[in-house]
Amino acid sequence: MDSIELARSVRLTALDLCHSKRASHIGGAYSVADILAVLYADVLNISPLTVDNPERDRVFYSKGHACTALYAVLNACGYLKGYDLLKEFTVNGSYFTSHVNHQIPGVELSTGSLGHALGVACGTALALKRKGNAGSVFTIVSDGELDEGSNWESLLAGAHHALDNMILIIDYNKIQSFGSVEEVLALEPLADKLRAFRWQVTEVDGHNHDELRKTLAESSLARNGLPKAIIAHTVKGKGVSFMEGQLAWHYKSPNDADYTRARAELEA
Amino acid sequence: MRNTFINSLCELARAHDDIFLMCGDLGYSVLEPFAEQFPERFLNAGIAEQNMTEMAVGLAREGYNVFTYSIGNFPTLRCMEQIRYDVCYHDANVKIIAVGGGYAYGALGVSHHTTEDIAMLRSIPNMLVTAPADPHEARSIAKYLVSHRGPAYVRLNKAGEPMIHRGEVDVQPGRLITVREGAGVAVLTTGAVLDGAIRQIDEAGRPWAVYSCPMLSAFDTETMCSLARRFDCIVTMEEHQLAGGFGSAVLECLSDLRAQGRIASMPIVRRVGIPNKFIGYAGTQEYLRMKAGVDLGRILENA
Ligand SMILES: Cc1ncc(C[n+]2csc(CCOP(=O)(O)OP(=O)(O)O)c2C)c(N)n1
Ligand SMILES: [Mg+2]
Repeated sequence: MDSIELARSVRLTALDLCHSKRASHIGGAYSVADILAVLYADVLNISPLTVDNPERDRVFYSKGHACTALYAVLNACGYLKGYDLLKEFTVNGSYFTSHVNHQIPGVELSTGSLGHALGVACGTALALKRKGNAGSVFTIVSDGELDEGSNWESLLAGAHHALDNMILIIDYNKIQSFGSVEEVLALEPLADKLRAFRWQVTEVDGHNHDELRKTLAESSLARNGLPKAIIAHTVKGKGVSFMEGQLAWHYKSPNDADYTRARAELEA
Repeated sequence: MRNTFINSLCELARAHDDIFLMCGDLGYSVLEPFAEQFPERFLNAGIAEQNMTEMAVGLAREGYNVFTYSIGNFPTLRCMEQIRYDVCYHDANVKIIAVGGGYAYGALGVSHHTTEDIAMLRSIPNMLVTAPADPHEARSIAKYLVSHRGPAYVRLNKAGEPMIHRGEVDVQPGRLITVREGAGVAVLTTGAVLDGAIRQIDEAGRPWAVYSCPMLSAFDTETMCSLARRFDCIVTMEEHQLAGGFGSAVLECLSDLRAQGRIASMPIVRRVGIPNKFIGYAGTQEYLRMKAGVDLGRILENA
């Protein structure tokens, strides 16, 4: 499956999950869908057979509330053999909790409390360096999540320890939980902030697969003493016209009519 | 006991090449030997305890046995959620070392009084809470933790604690160490208050039994049953708030044993600890213990 097909599949699965299980956070799943699709289709050195291989690339998915996108990509890429995601998601006794869970194969870290994964990624990146391991460490955070001070501790640490095997991807969809990022706690000038923290910063259109592929691949290879931050400019709810840029779709789960309309748009 | 613990860790790190020590920008004149001998397994994480704890999880995931070190509330309460979710839910091989348990940093003020940590940490699944009473216990705990896979917390006092045991002790989760046999009353302590307890009992000339509990977790129920049968009164003592601490743990255990019918009656449990208050004025550890009522005075008067 190429990354475009994979992204479409991720959005369709997320739609199914949010509709059938009345789950939230489809907006954040759609803003990150293209990033995940490009990573899993073209960039990561990992496969369902190498989830425990020490040489693998690590992915830390910090925006755990947007779980449907990660579960969907893992499902489409064959990591969830023996599981029935659509059936099991959030049902009694299932480890498919609606904030990502490391009990699921391919999930490195349970998240859901925002602002935890970047520091774990720093520790992992440091360990890989000290052990002479060539793997790359990818971390995906959301924008509102950067309100959390813990991230800024980790940004200091990543640069201080020259963790150039780290690639931080920021899903900059400009909306958080109760307002726009600009209204709630502005991040701008974000690129300047990150550069001032001594991260190498690239800004990309987070829905353009060619741009994502090129930047992710280059960032993963460049061992130049600088950790990499990719600011992916995205649209919350991307892919479904009536969800795009709408705060409400941080919470809402699609009803039957929403589902039909969204499905038609995604399949078009 | 702080130096004993760190020096033990240093010795152990020679044979155990997975031991990794992190600090939150503290440890001057204590951590240098480790940092110099094992620079590849040492990291000053800066004054950033949330990130230190997260990084510890990252390092642990890659095979290290990581010890984080700082003062009292900083590697613990400051980053409780990292401890709960990143360390404990993932059962990560991370050990948290806090120096300055209770009022060890008395004059430094409430910021440095570590008086709620046991309650908070012992409530988290997978966490093993430890608090040595003397340098022998500290060394024994260090040795134990080198082969213990999973989260643990070490509540150290600071410096100058007398040796109470004759040598290393067999520490195990939930096990009581017999300090002396006795009759009538059993005094159970955790951490560095043991020394004061013994002195007060000796001064009063009481024949009481004394036990130290360096590793709080599910108590060995056989031992607790036998204590309940042998003693009418059990005194617990800790340099910690009464709510949720060591005494609470003992009460919970005895109450459960009673509810399960494993003991016919509950002994009277008298808890010595801090009666849920802050002490905002300065003082030595000894002075603040006295002001908070962390001593056996009232118990000795009434028993
Ligand atoms: C520490 C923490 N505080 C609050 C929340 C509740 N919460 C879940 S999602 C969210 C908003 C997230 O917005 P953003 O980080 O921008 O994510 P995205 O737009 O990608 O969905 C909030 C506040 C949380 N999960 N964790
Ligand atoms: Mg957002």
